[in-house]
Amino acid sequence: MAGNLDLYKEAFCETFEITEDALPGLKYQAIKAWDSVGHMALMAKLEDSFDIMMDTEDIIDFDSYEHGMEILKKYDVTF
Amino acid sequence: MWNLDKHKGSPALLDDKGDSVTYSDIAEESKAIGDKIGGRCVIFALCTNSIGSIVGYASFLENRIVPVMLSSEIDRNLLSDLDSKYRPAFYWAPSEMEFKGLEKVHEYKGYSLLRTGYERYDINPDTCVLLTTSGSTGNPKLVRQSYRNVLSNTESIIEYLGIDSSERPITILPFNYTYGISVVNTHLYAGATILVTDKSVMQKEFWTFFKEQGATSISGVPYTYEMLERLRFRNMKLDSLKTMTQAGGRLSESLQMKFGEYALSSGRRFFVMYGQCEATARMAYLPPEHVVDHCGFIGVAIPGGEFMLTDTDGKIIGSPNTAGELVYKGDNVTLGYALSKDDLTKGDERNGILHTGDIAERDEQGFYRIVGRMNRFLKVYGNRVNMDDVEKMVNREFSVDCACVGRDDHVVLCVVSDDSVNPRIIDFISQKTNINRIAISVRNIPEIPRNESGKISYKTLNDEVS
Repeated sequence: MAGNLDLYKEAFCETFEITEDALPGLKYQAIKAWDSVGHMALMAKLEDSFDIMMDTEDIIDFDSYEHGMEILKKYDVTF
Repeated sequence: MWNLDKHKGSPALLDDKGDSVTYSDIAEESKAIGDKIGGRCVIFALCTNSIGSIVGYASFLENRIVPVMLSSEIDRNLLSDLDSKYRPAFYWAPSEMEFKGLEKVHEYKGYSLLRTGYERYDINPDTCVLLTTSGSTGNPKLVRQSYRNVLSNTESIIEYLGIDSSERPITILPFNYTYGISVVNTHLYAGATILVTDKSVMQKEFWTFFKEQGATSISGVPYTYEMLERLRFRNMKLDSLKTMTQAGGRLSESLQMKFGEYALSSGRRFFVMYGQCEATARMAYLPPEHVVDHCGFIGVAIPGGEFMLTDTDGKIIGSPNTAGELVYKGDNVTLGYALSKDDLTKGDERNGILHTGDIAERDEQGFYRIVGRMNRFLKVYGNRVNMDDVEKMVNREFSVDCACVGRDDHVVLCVVSDDSVNPRIIDFISQKTNINRIAISVRNIPEIPRNESGKISYKTLNDEVS
């Protein structure tokens, strides 16, 4: 669903104030904004956007733009 | 300094890559570094949570070499500013960092000892270590801590936390940060084993390391506890954990209650503490059995220390529940500040008395509580941010009028301009101070409100923007 992908991208772009072209391959700590503080903000934003509660294991495992999509599938968020 | 001979073969540091060093190893490396440096001088230590960084630091103190504790992520322009003001004879830096014109004279576990070519100069014999005062806003002001300061604070903290050689703390705080240094000082002094990782609590590798090595204590600033709460830390299975400590600003009462109740019900200890780098690290702690019934309090003075409250005339306040400036007396009150290398010949300028700049009250049972602040500082993710410095930085870089206000963990820059410049201001301040941009916002205002004498009315401004 295109809707979910847009929401997913928007969470990254808004939290880190970056543009969509920076998203493919983006990893934790690859940009200054995605540090532990940014990570917490991103998780909060994703939980809000998709109305989910992520498990601890998934929050600490979430380490890239692509891996994040895999993780969200567990919460029935499909792309 | 460290009783290295006493703890000999026991492990001192153990990292998440499987490397480790014993106390004897530190003693050996300390001799090597001492020989290479060849006497007392100032060294810039660009710190990380790594074995090389910590062993270097321990060696400097052992050899009476005076480190300036800086983050390895410090902005390069700020670093060269500090370099020209303090002219260090050496750098101790991660080997992958590049420095033009410096000569590498020694290497140890990913760290390089670099000679600058600056001449050595006289340093007051009491001076042990130099710390920055205000995060990394480019203010060259350093706190001068003496050997006696470090030793007395270390012994006092060991006493009230009950640290012994069986402890295994895990690194969470940056090592150049006063609270991070105190965790290292106390545990090395007690002969414990420090679990060294540069991973954050938001990373899987951190928790794998925590569990595999059986960490016994964690230390965090308020923001760390917010992250732990988000991770549902209180539901994690962490059998080895015995002690949690918190300092670096005021923890929200709701989190103090949650973590306090968690500790009390699970047989652990949660210490809420208070300090400043002007007092080496620590001045107060709340005994863990009172963490719930005195929620919101900083507790009592540490062993060997003493608090007083003074009114606006400097008179001591005797009655309970009356607000006044919190004044601390103890051997851990540092010598004073330095603005450049010329100040490093200075001795003790405080004589054991520190005016904290915090407004506090004492209850009938003798527990202290902070109720306000007298100076223009914010705590952002545990780091002190000097709002006047931030104003100056913006003003200089963008040539706009700027007034900085805000609350802890949130800096608000009020600028007299249109909003086209806002993203650049946020980029700039985030870059310079290493504060995540989430904590910075810009408001565009027609003019900066001032009182009759021309001073900025920060209160008016804060009311308007918050």
